[in-house]
Amino acid sequence: MSSKGFIKSYSIIRNNQAILNGEEFLKGAPEDDFATFIRSLYKRLEITHSPFYKMDDMCKLGLMATELILKDAAIKEKYTETEIGVVLSNSSSSLHTDTSYYETVRDKNNYFPSPAVFVYTLPNIVIGEICIRNKIKGENTFFIFEEYNPEFITDYVNNLFSSGKLKSCIAGWVEFCEGKYEVFLYLAESDQGDNTIKHTTEQIKKIYNF
Amino acid sequence: MEDLVNQLKVQIIKALKLEDVKPEDINPTAPLFGDGLGLDSIDALELIVLLEKEYGLRVENAASAKKIFLSIQSMADYIAEHKKA
Repeated sequence: MSSKGFIKSYSIIRNNQAILNGEEFLKGAPEDDFATFIRSLYKRLEITHSPFYKMDDMCKLGLMATELILKDAAIKEKYTETEIGVVLSNSSSSLHTDTSYYETVRDKNNYFPSPAVFVYTLPNIVIGEICIRNKIKGENTFFIFEEYNPEFITDYVNNLFSSGKLKSCIAGWVEFCEGKYEVFLYLAESDQGDNTIKHTTEQIKKIYNF
Repeated sequence: MEDLVNQLKVQIIKALKLEDVKPEDINPTAPLFGDGLGLDSIDALELIVLLEKEYGLRVENAASAKKIFLSIQSMADYIAEHKKA
């Protein structure tokens, strides 16, 4: 399939390391747990967004990866709210938080369902958090695959561009389960502008080292 | 009463994950919602769960909830009054 878009920026967060456009942005200490590392990244990005602390781990992960790719992208200057979309995917859906919620209701003698945990028991809540933070109102979808499927996501986003529904899209993979995490997000644009990376499966595999 | 207020501050910070707030930052008579701590509707539900889980007190209706959750002081007053009964 021919390219119908271009990649403006991309981020990878895994193994206590955050990468922006191929360059290391932050490396945590090997002994840091996820909570410590993601808080360090939040502080390093110099963000003031208090809802961050209340989010589940997958939302924190997706939001920080988005902050990285939008940091210098100036999308608000180029696009309207509805011209920007979000297309994400992962393999374990919201299972990590589903399990946390289950723990609050498992014991009938200690039955205190947590509303704050319950609201994160859907995978697409991460899209909502990204959209709220960045005032994005365009097309959005969350897919579940056994593993990252760059062919599908690339085609899907390029079709949104060619149909005229979007001019810009945050896309990729946000996985968090049982303490293991990996996120690869990128900002794709329909117009080339000063972008040099085509939005193709081959390029995605190359920059993600898939 | 002061001990209860301080205990509530710590419990609320933990339950609502207010990681950037310290107990001494909270004015016990300041509104919990709106201009005070800026809590939302999900936080309100968590406060109801906290009252039941930590103090065995159930909030029976929305009208009483509005009075109970005005501030940390009003929560402490409610707990003190109903725990005695």
